Amino acid sequence: MKISAIKDLLEADVVCNEEGLNRHVYSACGSDMMSDVLAFVKDQAVLLTGLVNSQVIRTAEMMDMNCIVFVRSKVPTAEMIELAKDSGIVLLTTTKRMYEACGILFSNGLVSNRVKDA
Amino acid sequence: MPDVLNFHFEVDGDDFKSAGHASFICKKNLRQLGISPEIIRRVSIAMYEGEINMVIHARGGSADVNVYEDCIEIILADKGPGIKNIKQAMQEGYSTATDNIRSLGFGAGMGLPNMKRYTDYMDIKSTVGEGTTITMKVNFE
Repeated sequence: MKISAIKDLLEADVVCNEEGLNRHVYSACGSDMMSDVLAFVKDQAVLLTGLVNSQVIRTAEMMDMNCIVFVRSKVPTAEMIELAKDSGIVLLTTTKRMYEACGILFSNGLVSNRVKDA
Repeated sequence: MPDVLNFHFEVDGDDFKSAGHASFICKKNLRQLGISPEIIRRVSIAMYEGEINMVIHARGGSADVNVYEDCIEIILADKGPGIKNIKQAMQEGYSTATDNIRSLGFGAGMGLPNMKRYTDYMDIKSTVGEGTTITMKVNFE
C-alpha cells in the first residue's frame, strides 16, 4: 500500500517528508510500547502509535520503517520532526483512534506481520 | 586474527531523549561498510535495546561495536546496579522499570529477550552493585 493511500484512508495530515508519500509499505504495527514494536521485524512497515517522544522515531529508524502515523491527534515535537527528516521517515497525524486506524488499514488490505521467531 | 574495525560510543545516562543516538550513528557507520541491511538491522535493534537499558537502569555506560571478518560484536558495559537474577530478567514481560519509564514506551520486559532474539550469541556478566557487561554477536552468513 502506498503511504499516500494510508494518508487518504486515515484522513491524515502530513507532518514531514511529503516526498515519501509515493513509497510503499507492506505491513503495519500498532503499539505504544516500543519494545513490542522492536520484537517484530520487517522493513517497509508503517508504525501506528499514540506515543510522542523521540524514541518513537529512533525505534522506527532501527526497524527501517518508513512511515509513522500518530493517532488520536497526537502531534510530534520539533525535535522528533528533525530526527524524522534526517531519516526520511514520513510522519502523519490523524484524529482517528488506534483501534479504528488499525482497522481501516487492515480492512483495506494492509496486514500485520508475524513476530520473528527466536 | 583478522583486522578489527572498532566503533566506540559513550552513552549519556542523564537524557532519555538522546538515548539511541549511539545506535543511530553506529547504523550509519555500518551502512557505509556495505553490510547487508538485515544484519545491520539486527545489530542496530540489539544495540538500541541495550542502550535504552543502560539509560533506564544504569545511568549510562559505554558501547563498543567490533566488526570482524565473520561477525559483528557488540559490547555494552555499565557501572549500574547490576542484575540480581539474570534468568528472571531474560523472561519476556519481566521488568523492574518504573511506571514513568513505561509511559515513555519502554519497560515492557522485552529488552533483553529482544537482544537475544536478534543476535547469534549473547552473554551477560553482572555483579550487583558493580555493573553489567553484555556481549553479543551477529554472524555474517
